[in-house]
Amino acid sequence: MLDITNVNKTFFAGTVNERAALREINLSLAAGEFVTVIGSNGAGKSTILNITSGKLRPDTGTVTIDGTDVTKLADHQRARYIGRVFQDPMAGTSPDMTIEQNMAIAYERGKGRGLRPGVTGKKRGFFQEELKSLELGLENRLKAKVGLLSGGQRQALSLLMATFSSPKILLLDEHTAALDPQRADLVSRLTAEVVERHRLTTLMVTHNMEQALRLGTRLIMMHEGRIILDLDQQQKQKTTVADLLHEFEKIKGGALDDRTMLQ
Amino acid sequence: MIVAVELGLIYAIMALGVYLTFRILNFPDLTVDGSFTTGAAVASIMIINGAPPVLSTLAAFAAGLVAGWITGLLHTKGKINGLLAGILTMIALYSINLRIMGKANLPLLREDTLITPLRDAGLLGTVAAIAVFGLLALAVKFVLDWFLHTDLGLAMQATGDNEEMIRSFGVSTDRMKILGLALSNGLVALCGALIAQYQGFADIGMGIGLILAGLASVIIGQAIFGSRVIIVASLAVVLGSALYRVVIQLALQAGLNPNDMKLISAVLVVIALVLPQWKLFKRVGGLSNMKKALSATGARS
Repeated sequence: MLDITNVNKTFFAGTVNERAALREINLSLAAGEFVTVIGSNGAGKSTILNITSGKLRPDTGTVTIDGTDVTKLADHQRARYIGRVFQDPMAGTSPDMTIEQNMAIAYERGKGRGLRPGVTGKKRGFFQEELKSLELGLENRLKAKVGLLSGGQRQALSLLMATFSSPKILLLDEHTAALDPQRADLVSRLTAEVVERHRLTTLMVTHNMEQALRLGTRLIMMHEGRIILDLDQQQKQKTTVADLLHEFEKIKGGALDDRTMLQ
Repeated sequence: MIVAVELGLIYAIMALGVYLTFRILNFPDLTVDGSFTTGAAVASIMIINGAPPVLSTLAAFAAGLVAGWITGLLHTKGKINGLLAGILTMIALYSINLRIMGKANLPLLREDTLITPLRDAGLLGTVAAIAVFGLLALAVKFVLDWFLHTDLGLAMQATGDNEEMIRSFGVSTDRMKILGLALSNGLVALCGALIAQYQGFADIGMGIGLILAGLASVIIGQAIFGSRVIIVASLAVVLGSALYRVVIQLALQAGLNPNDMKLISAVLVVIALVLPQWKLFKRVGGLSNMKKALSATGARS
């Protein structure tokens, strides 16, 4: 479903700050596969997501979605294939607009937008049904401005908006990192449910190893722009957080950043 | 005073255009000063040359669309700062407007215009004229309300609110900004055409400082009448425009020099923007809207 082939990406090429973010990356996701990506800061996790979404263009290599080469398409042109949830809970929704207006925008993802009414009675009913699955009571607040919602509610809504129109690829960029543990658990659980329900091909970046092991059907670990570990579902089930930490120590000589230590 | 309300209701069409860029797209567009005169120039020269007033006024709208489209291109494709893009178009339009008009002032006094039937019936300066201009402003308001609630309009609203989000749903923010700027300046030019016909001449300087009148109408209107939902916000703009003209009229009647009006307008807008920052006024109800207007202005790039 998603093929990233021979991708290289270097930032600030030709300057003293030159940094290779991705080196010869090859990654293939089968339809329905849910891959979690871990790695320390600067390993290239976010870059791989941004290369897929079209926010960044690779220096070399190609990105193919369901057989279509999208390497040269801008982010908004790829949006018909891709649903995204951002790390910042404020990023995925429009605060000054109502819940139903936000959902109407998401409903038309990647389609040509014309002069038909954005929110109709029929769509409203559908939105309510979808919102019920979040179990946050948002189905009764269709006309509330999204800016009034809490971070957790907004992130749950972002997740719903990114997925309910069944994108070919779902990209999750540390989408629980900015939430308190309770809300992070809720959004984590909703993620598992929604991916399962729509059978979405998913790429999820996370700092949380426990979450990376619990969610998804495959796990990859990145370091300095390379994929250094690729576990399928069976291997993943046998792996523990301690095993992953051990892998990290092997590659980094025990020099772990604080955040990793805390996991 | 009735004349002030009449004028205010005609200028409301311009204010609605400013509302579209300033509030919806979050883009302070200075093209307005030029495109207003462009509208007046195009309509006047056509009427003088015998074109039907309705056609001439529509042509003015089209000319405004083009002016806004150019500012949009400069800003999005040319990656020029929004304020500067507007200034560039505005200044370029000064020369273009002179070319269109041929001279600095075009009188329309003996021509048949859209306003002639009202004038002939002796309705100008009466409540009937206020009703006519009020209905016109409301018609534009309702079309704008309708547009902003279509799929396209929702995408435009989101473009001004959260660009990254709307791009992730497949909308070209560049295209939305260009479209919004074009529509906005189309309305401004339409207003220019109506004002020229109302006052009986087009003048090369008639658009100078107009952006302030537009901003003042939007800010004052929304501070007083609210802006929670679009249909209220756009109504507030129409009422704000009428109110602004009444305030200017009162200032003139109080003996202020007409030449000082631009200064007074600027001071009015500054007051509307600064007062809500002071603690004393924060507690006053209704001014919280102004606060919002202010923070929105501060966030501008």
